[in-house]
Amino acid sequence: MAELNILVCVKQVPDPEGPPSAFEVDSAARKVTPKGIPPVLSPFDENALEAAIRVKEAAGGSITMLSVGNNLSKAVMLKALASGADRLVTVEDPSCDQEGLDAFATASLLAAAVRKAGPFDLILTGRQAADTNAGQVGLGLAQLLSIPAVSVAGKVEVNGGTARVETVLPDGYEVVEASLPLLVTVSHEVGDLRYPSLMAIKKAKTLPMETFKPADLGMEPGSLVINEITELTAPNRERRCRLVEGESPEDAGAKLAALLKEDKII
Amino acid sequence: MAEKEGILVIAELSPAGAPDAVTLELLGLGARLAASSGKQLQAAAVGIDTASAAATLIASGAAAVFTVEGSAYAAYDPDLHVTALEKVVEEAGPSAVLVGNTTVGQDLVPRLAFALKAGLTTDAVSLEMKGGALASTKPVYGGNAMAVFVSRGKPALASVRPGAGDPAKPDASRTGETVKVDVEAPSPRLSFGGKVLEEGGDVRLEEARVIVSGGRGLGGAEGFEQLRELARLLGGAVGASRPPVDAGWWPSTQQVGITGKIVSPEVYVAVAISGSSQHLSGISDSRVIVAINKDPEAYIFKVSDYGVVGEWQQVLPGLSSRIREILGV
Repeated sequence: MAELNILVCVKQVPDPEGPPSAFEVDSAARKVTPKGIPPVLSPFDENALEAAIRVKEAAGGSITMLSVGNNLSKAVMLKALASGADRLVTVEDPSCDQEGLDAFATASLLAAAVRKAGPFDLILTGRQAADTNAGQVGLGLAQLLSIPAVSVAGKVEVNGGTARVETVLPDGYEVVEASLPLLVTVSHEVGDLRYPSLMAIKKAKTLPMETFKPADLGMEPGSLVINEITELTAPNRERRCRLVEGESPEDAGAKLAALLKEDKII
Repeated sequence: MAEKEGILVIAELSPAGAPDAVTLELLGLGARLAASSGKQLQAAAVGIDTASAAATLIASGAAAVFTVEGSAYAAYDPDLHVTALEKVVEEAGPSAVLVGNTTVGQDLVPRLAFALKAGLTTDAVSLEMKGGALASTKPVYGGNAMAVFVSRGKPALASVRPGAGDPAKPDASRTGETVKVDVEAPSPRLSFGGKVLEEGGDVRLEEARVIVSGGRGLGGAEGFEQLRELARLLGGAVGASRPPVDAGWWPSTQQVGITGKIVSPEVYVAVAISGSSQHLSGISDSRVIVAINKDPEAYIFKVSDYGVVGEWQQVLPGLSSRIREILGV
């Protein structure tokens, strides 16, 4: 078999580990503006990249990273590339801003970019992105490309023209096998993305990179959108906290236990 | 008679062929949507033998049940089920399609939506009909915002978080129509090698009545042994926020939050967790949240019902020993 062409689709999101105050909800504009937190690769997409690197280590091949967005952080991309990818393809445009796209538009742009930059034998995505948590784009992309897909993988292996995937179940896992080409959505059970060396980060700048505009792909993102946000509000999840004090921290702990008993919570 | 523009619930069947608990919740929700919009509540069932499922679905409020039967549908195969349900939706012509946001639902519904080129909102927590169209609300940005989604065109699909509605109460006197849909099943592309169940020595997070979780402030794997002691006393499970998992102090399968497990215990005890948005989003359905943190300004206190400001190394022994006294163990 010829060299294995692996594609990893990644999305940049505001760091989901940021505190709630870092996400400013603008109900009028129906958008969330991150305040003082950096963009990061969506965590499950990092897992997908790690899965790709492991497949490449075991079976050989090359890894292309693909991302759709607007004003993508170069530093985030370089660091991810340096972990073990070989090439970057982006679809960038103001019309590809998070607020301007839904899952269908995003997957349509990805599918068009795959047709232009591919073919690929194995396509990996995160199981869901950390901003919308929708879990639609990976499986949707497979549907648009008419290739089979397996979701929520905890392990991905390729042997010849066949992939063996362990999908994560609430109480264990299931082994699924399929011929390539195949799309797999990846979960955190795969393991964390390795850290690149400084040398690798430096070298990443020299890797091949291409950027397309939606028009280059014959696409108009706005016209592809099916699902629209009609209202966006900041939820009130605050609770009234009863702070328990004591003569010492141990005593406060004991008083907490007594209070929980009194309120019939334990 | 099956009407067009209905509210169609896709049933998930147990291996024995019975609609599961989430399906009954969807029928409860769907009945409310149907009543408020003057539409018909319908259901779809795909399986080897759907007769008894159809009877249950009708008793639970569906006025019409679309069934696809065949030996090919013994177990869930996404390609086969999507093809079957695509045909059902074409035949039924619904305005809204509801699916449970379960393991199978999460795999099925994006494929179905894209096959239909229809709008989909996943993990919806509430649904409403507005001007004859489905409006689905779901948390985004780790629960820092609630978004209402409406689809251009029909049908609109939603996968609904389990527990979002009260289950329909079956009433055997209800009547309804069963519509058999003929589908030619495609050749399978995936080969399923069987499920491997893992040993569950500890209580599973999703089912735990009590969860004691630790954060970055625990400082190492040893801290989790003390959490385990408290969890054992309360018959609960031990979870973690993301940093301890990243640091390798606690297994990733026990991570709580939007990037781990979304939990809804009776009592959630957050120890040395400051409260990142993605973590909070995974615990907001907990009935009671208890926080122990040395930083009085930690955000976790704003979303907790009970709190102690102090070093966990000192607070926890006091809490555990008094609980032991209370429980007499």
